Amino acid sequence: MARKLLLEHINVPGINTFDVYRQKGGYRAVEKALKMTPDEVVEEVKKSGLRGRGGAGFPTGMKWSFLAKPEGVPRYLVCNADESEPGTFKDRYLMTYIPHALIEGMIVSSFALGAKTSYIYVRGEMMPQIRILERAIAEAKNAGFLGKNILGSGYDLELYVQPGGGAYICGEETALLESLEGKRGNPRIKPPFPAIAGLYGCPTVVNNVESIAATVPIINDGGEEYAKIGIGRSTGTKLISASGNLVRPGVYEIELGLPVEEFIYSDEYCGGIANGKRLKATVAGGSSVPVLPANLTLKLANGDPRLMSYESLSEGGFATGTMMGSGGFIAFDEDQCIVRNTWNFARFYHHESCGQCSPCREGTGWMEKVLHRLEYGHGKMSDIDLLVDVSKKIEGNTICPLGDAAAWPVASAIRHFRDEFEWHVKEPVKCLDTNYGLANYANPIAKAEVTTEN
Amino acid sequence: MLRVEEQQPVDFSSALLAKFDEIVKRYPEGKQKSALLPILHEVQAEQGWLSTSAMNRVADYLDIQDIEVYEVASFYTMYFLKPQGKYMLEVCRTGPCCLVGAEKLMNHIEQKLGVKEGEVTPDGLFSWRGVECLAACGYGPVLQIGPEYTFYENLNEQKVDDLIEDLRKK
Repeated sequence: MARKLLLEHINVPGINTFDVYRQKGGYRAVEKALKMTPDEVVEEVKKSGLRGRGGAGFPTGMKWSFLAKPEGVPRYLVCNADESEPGTFKDRYLMTYIPHALIEGMIVSSFALGAKTSYIYVRGEMMPQIRILERAIAEAKNAGFLGKNILGSGYDLELYVQPGGGAYICGEETALLESLEGKRGNPRIKPPFPAIAGLYGCPTVVNNVESIAATVPIINDGGEEYAKIGIGRSTGTKLISASGNLVRPGVYEIELGLPVEEFIYSDEYCGGIANGKRLKATVAGGSSVPVLPANLTLKLANGDPRLMSYESLSEGGFATGTMMGSGGFIAFDEDQCIVRNTWNFARFYHHESCGQCSPCREGTGWMEKVLHRLEYGHGKMSDIDLLVDVSKKIEGNTICPLGDAAAWPVASAIRHFRDEFEWHVKEPVKCLDTNYGLANYANPIAKAEVTTEN
Repeated sequence: MLRVEEQQPVDFSSALLAKFDEIVKRYPEGKQKSALLPILHEVQAEQGWLSTSAMNRVADYLDIQDIEVYEVASFYTMYFLKPQGKYMLEVCRTGPCCLVGAEKLMNHIEQKLGVKEGEVTPDGLFSWRGVECLAACGYGPVLQIGPEYTFYENLNEQKVDDLIEDLRKK
């Protein structure tokens, strides 16, 4: 069995309550951190090599060290619990079943950053989780881990839960801050970055739920111990949300570096493809990352096994690779239609575009329309190149990464599944009730086809 | 779309106003606008939707312009700018849920309730709509019902029929 750091006690009855969590060693990290200096806590997180678990994979310790510390200005820590990336549901799981892991991480992280007030911004649809967190905060406060003079250390911290209003864009950190200020979730132009001017114009760090929870084992065992787990620059464990046509979808904690094939097929994890079908494609890191056919999911272009790590998943660049993203792993079986799914994702991004930047506002709608007509048998051959063209005009031309996130799934679907798109044009009637099937997407990759990009 | 309708006076219960006071305390002095989203959720939970009069009262309470409330209420998908059925069934319609049958389920709900997406049943009890990813992809198809946002996972037609019957009997 692989090591579990976040979900070690997940099956202990009552682990969602303060008392049981405490009995299982909970809040030791707070006791330990409060005896250290804030800079020492930051140093441990740096040593751990922890990378942001929300999607971008930016080193958490480095992000913390950018925080400006002007005299007399409050600093804020805001937890990004606006989990909305299609395919990702690990934060909901963590907050539902082991909420104190997040509260404990919030206290440790707030102390490291010198924040006296911190917010957990939870997507509005997660009202049950908001109630769970509010109860957990009350329990922690009751036990002296929140409020004034925590454990006699002289450190004060108030922690609040803020509901969103239903907008994917608020997962982007500056849109989240706008929303927390009571405004529309329009991402801000950067610089300045939140570390300089964030919430209410004050220095602010925004971190994902899982990143914050990961600071607990880092402080308990030390950053160096944490860095021993994993592979290369992908240190530690990661929560993977597995969905789609799998025998056992769900949330799994893996040690980074696990082979993708083992993750999909072993009984410890997903248990293979449901209903005895074969794997056609995967989206490895949430809907925004490039989709890969089965063969490139399991193997790199040179034939080596692909691993669940930041580096291995992106090996080959966009030509033959994808990204770790938020760890939202979606598996498609041989009966699924890539065109239909690409249209579904394009509709999502069109719906969720905030409308600030015209390439995204107009481009996402345009892609949705073109994909819709391809899916329903009204498409032309030239539509396929049109989609690539539109996606290229969105990518890199918007204030926030939603534009890229909308462009990549479309561009990658055409890159790897072009024959399926062409089939939709050639067979406008047949494509309405038949699928293109597995085709050659699971065939072994010839070693000779190594691409040199990246 | 936001429409400024005929102004009907609106009553907020004292319990609701007490919640406003409690929420505003979470933010620094002068930053009470931060309370806007949570307050709108509370108003919708009590009233079922956000009428123009209700939004104007919230603006007064927070000492901000009416338009600042309208622009927020119309931006976020959770706020209803017109009355809905007592139970609004919100079904996830995004990729991973569609891989496991969400589209079929929405067709079934449409037939079962006899109303199109966004409409209200004649008895005023039900509305339904497809919503984007609810972050429960491993347990799809899923749906939620406000204002508590009770969550239903691993759904099929039978389970949805049972749920609708249960709600009818409530």
